[in-house]
Amino acid sequence: MKISVTVTLKKDVLDPQGKVVSQTIQNMNYKNVTNVRQGKYFEIELNESNKDKAKKIIDEICKKLLTNVVIEDYTINFK
Amino acid sequence: MKSTVIVFPGSNCDRDAAIALNKFNFKNSMIWHNESSLPKTDLVVLPGGFSFGDYLRTGCIASKSLIINDVVQHAKKGGLVLGICNGFQILLETGLLQGTLLRNKKLRFISKNVYLKVTNNENSFCNNYKKNKIIELPIAHNEGNYFANKGILKDLEQKNLIAFKYCNIKGDFNEDSNPNGSLHNIAGILNVEKNILGMMPHPERLIDSILSGEDGSALFESLHKFK
Repeated sequence: MKISVTVTLKKDVLDPQGKVVSQTIQNMNYKNVTNVRQGKYFEIELNESNKDKAKKIIDEICKKLLTNVVIEDYTINFK
Repeated sequence: MKSTVIVFPGSNCDRDAAIALNKFNFKNSMIWHNESSLPKTDLVVLPGGFSFGDYLRTGCIASKSLIINDVVQHAKKGGLVLGICNGFQILLETGLLQGTLLRNKKLRFISKNVYLKVTNNENSFCNNYKKNKIIELPIAHNEGNYFANKGILKDLEQKNLIAFKYCNIKGDFNEDSNPNGSLHNIAGILNVEKNILGMMPHPERLIDSILSGEDGSALFESLHKFK
């Protein structure tokens, strides 16, 4: 099964890269863009057909490796 | 006294650390990250560099290395652990120290000498510095912007776990004397038991007058009083 994970910075964590991207987009004259937050995206292929089991495994991987829980949140999506 | 420097793919201050340790009479060994156990040692040094190319997050992949299990055991038994620069990032990823290091506030790699105040000298790493002494050490990093939630910050201040803070030559803490945006100007922190120190500046690079300064020497001299 294919699963994707999106990792984003928590709301109250400063995101200087996102800020620069946001500023650049505005400089390109897209004035209605008000904010950008930069994150990471993972595509994971997993040998497991049970969705609940898969979610549990991916959840563990997210907590142990893919995110730094101090500053990042994650969402898991099934394809 | 015995020391061990852990070498990861991408470490680049491992030999500097070894030279410093040898100069201060440590019997040092270099251990590859894929070894499963540490030799008998008093001090473990996690050196600076770009372990595993800084993939995923700085220090993250290194914190899952085989040898780290034994480093954690060594630390939990009260053994000394010093993490410098990338080593500090690894310590935070292992959870041995609290908080994290974000990208520098101005998004630039910074390589320059900075002033630091020794805010806690009552520990194995800093006892040869006078309290509140202002020293000069080099920094060279892209992710040195210390961040932690309010609870952790309060804990660090109240329990006196901040070893070094960025300051100016007069010792003032302000935005101008903070090179990377670190909260509370934090440059180095200890764990509660004070046997683990993580710091962004490089004491191993200033241990000889021919290297333009010796402000790092006292840290290595301090460690000898540990026994």
